[in-house]
Amino acid sequence: MSQRAKQRSGWSAALVVVVIASLVPVVWIVMLSLKTPTTVTDGSFIPHQWTLSNYKDIFNAGVFTSALRNSIGIALISTALAVLLASAAAYAIARLDFPGKRIILAVSLAVAMFPQVSLVGPLYNLWRQIGLYDTWPGLIIPYMTFALPLSIYTLSAFFREIPWELEQAAQVDGATPAQAFRKVIAPLATPGIATTFIIVFIICWNDFIFAISLTSTTKAETVPAAIALFPGVSQFTQPIGDIAAAAVVVTVPVMLLVILFQRRIVAGLTAGAVKG
Amino acid sequence: MAEIEFQDVTKRYPDGFEAVKHFNLDVPDGELMILVGPSGCGKSTALRMVAGLEDISDGELKIGGTVVNDRAPKDRDIAMVFQNYALYPHMTVRDNMGFALKLAKVPDEEINQKVSEAARVLDLEQHLDRKPANLSGGQRQRVAMGRAIVRNPSVFLMDEPLSNLDAKLRVQMRTEISRIQQRMNTTTIYVTHDQTEAMTLGDRIAVMRAGLLQQVGPPSELYAHPKNLFVAGFIGSPSMNFLTGELEADRVRLPIGEVALPQELQQKLGAGPGGGRRGVIVGLRPEDFEDASLVGDRSRGTTFRAKIDVLESMGAEYYAYFVVESERVSSAELEELAQDAGAADLPHSHEGSQVVARLDAASKVRQGEELELWFNSWHLHLFDADSGQSLLADGSDREQAAPAPPASS
Repeated sequence: MSQRAKQRSGWSAALVVVVIASLVPVVWIVMLSLKTPTTVTDGSFIPHQWTLSNYKDIFNAGVFTSALRNSIGIALISTALAVLLASAAAYAIARLDFPGKRIILAVSLAVAMFPQVSLVGPLYNLWRQIGLYDTWPGLIIPYMTFALPLSIYTLSAFFREIPWELEQAAQVDGATPAQAFRKVIAPLATPGIATTFIIVFIICWNDFIFAISLTSTTKAETVPAAIALFPGVSQFTQPIGDIAAAAVVVTVPVMLLVILFQRRIVAGLTAGAVKG
Repeated sequence: MAEIEFQDVTKRYPDGFEAVKHFNLDVPDGELMILVGPSGCGKSTALRMVAGLEDISDGELKIGGTVVNDRAPKDRDIAMVFQNYALYPHMTVRDNMGFALKLAKVPDEEINQKVSEAARVLDLEQHLDRKPANLSGGQRQRVAMGRAIVRNPSVFLMDEPLSNLDAKLRVQMRTEISRIQQRMNTTTIYVTHDQTEAMTLGDRIAVMRAGLLQQVGPPSELYAHPKNLFVAGFIGSPSMNFLTGELEADRVRLPIGEVALPQELQQKLGAGPGGGRRGVIVGLRPEDFEDASLVGDRSRGTTFRAKIDVLESMGAEYYAYFVVESERVSSAELEELAQDAGAADLPHSHEGSQVVARLDAASKVRQGEELELWFNSWHLHLFDADSGQSLLADGSDREQAAPAPPASS
């Protein structure tokens, strides 16, 4: 075996290990979701009795479907707003030289570091007083706020990579700064925007702390909160099968998003702008 | 169509650095003006001020008689070709070239027609639907040109448009640019650091150094009558040789011998160097040397012997290098040139100055052997040892008594 082939097989082996390690829990939960309530705790990996009743249950219960709707709506709106605002901020940070630029970046990073759990209490009280408790905006606002620093960071890195000359070329070609951004810079930053979008979406989608604390009814309860509050069939059964089924269902949108944007994420769109 | 006027234009950066200082230049309608100089001399900054990509700190810039200091780039009716082309990577060649027209809300039909026409001129027709990433360097360069010409702007600005091409393509595109510019007859400012490009392309050349304009004139004038050491060293390839000399009434004492100054040069020196002896820097172009055995009439020059250290054959001619024992010429201007050429780090010969002579291919010269050389003393350049200013170029008489040899390319 040549040195190269050896190296290749070594890498392949490592890859297989990583893939198995990350996939086993997923397969496991899929298997759990396909078991009947009585066999859920039998310890076998493969279900003895295959069933889709868990899926039927959660969609029939009504709690889950409304939670799914809330989750999708809230996550999409927060993400869209965050990415939109972050693009503007990141563009300014990448292009302009203004006093305090570094401080703004540092502060925004500090916001990202801030322990969210310490905000939940005050927010709970505040939201109740101003009527945002258990509403969509009540979740969208904190999600957006906490997603902004990260978005600004990733996006400004992407904007910095776009040659400034392109924008100048657009200006000379007769574009206003807004046109230059819309027609030249933004299309080129699509991979960055898509990446940021996915990251932020996943953060909002998976959030538990705000969801469980700032909502109480199906009006705004998102999936993670709803799952935690799943009732069992009777008081003596754990709703493990239902939880597993719900968990499988909520991973689907994320997977779809990633697959959808994958091609855009693959960088290299800027190749050819400068001498290659 | 427009005339460009710089009136005492200065570019000062916030840290106080002046990239362009009190720049005065007039580019008449339809002229191809070359801004040339080593890197950091302010030529690109000057160009970008015309484009509106840099603010003007002081002075006035006029395009077509209107002051444009505060106009946005889009309101100046200019087109610019960038060094890195700056093609929009997400657009096809067609969209790249039509982008400006589209922004100007020109009807699609007209855009198509103009783009097709430009593509035909630039031989890009079969590439119109490709993305820039799939084009070769030369094709990208042509797209960048195309983007500029479809608009038929009043001013073309080119910022080292050929510097990313390989040598052969560069020569080809150079002629292409010259052709296009002549056909469109658009006022053009072309920035380059390559003196060959400057000499071959420009109607006039403006040489810059450290933000200051050194000399403006047609290539032949800059070649034959450089105003100072810097221009003399910059224009011409291989560049001018410099030796220290001593000026005495009607002759110059050089390390390679004493040279009687021709009448014409003496006149140009003015009322006469009455002060007796005076240190000067003498410039000798490589092409003003010749193998003495090949020169019929030696009376117009001086002969001397030198041992040829290195001989480079160019086919049509030889470049012969030899060392002249003398004090090394020291001048800030020449230092800067050497630095720009990357030659500052080369080991200098301790004994003296290296001189290169351009000899006819018929010469029997051999490397390592001594040779009798002749040089044309009518073409001597004399510079003040302190200021570096030419002692000959008084600007008033520009008679072409001795026609300048063709520029090298």
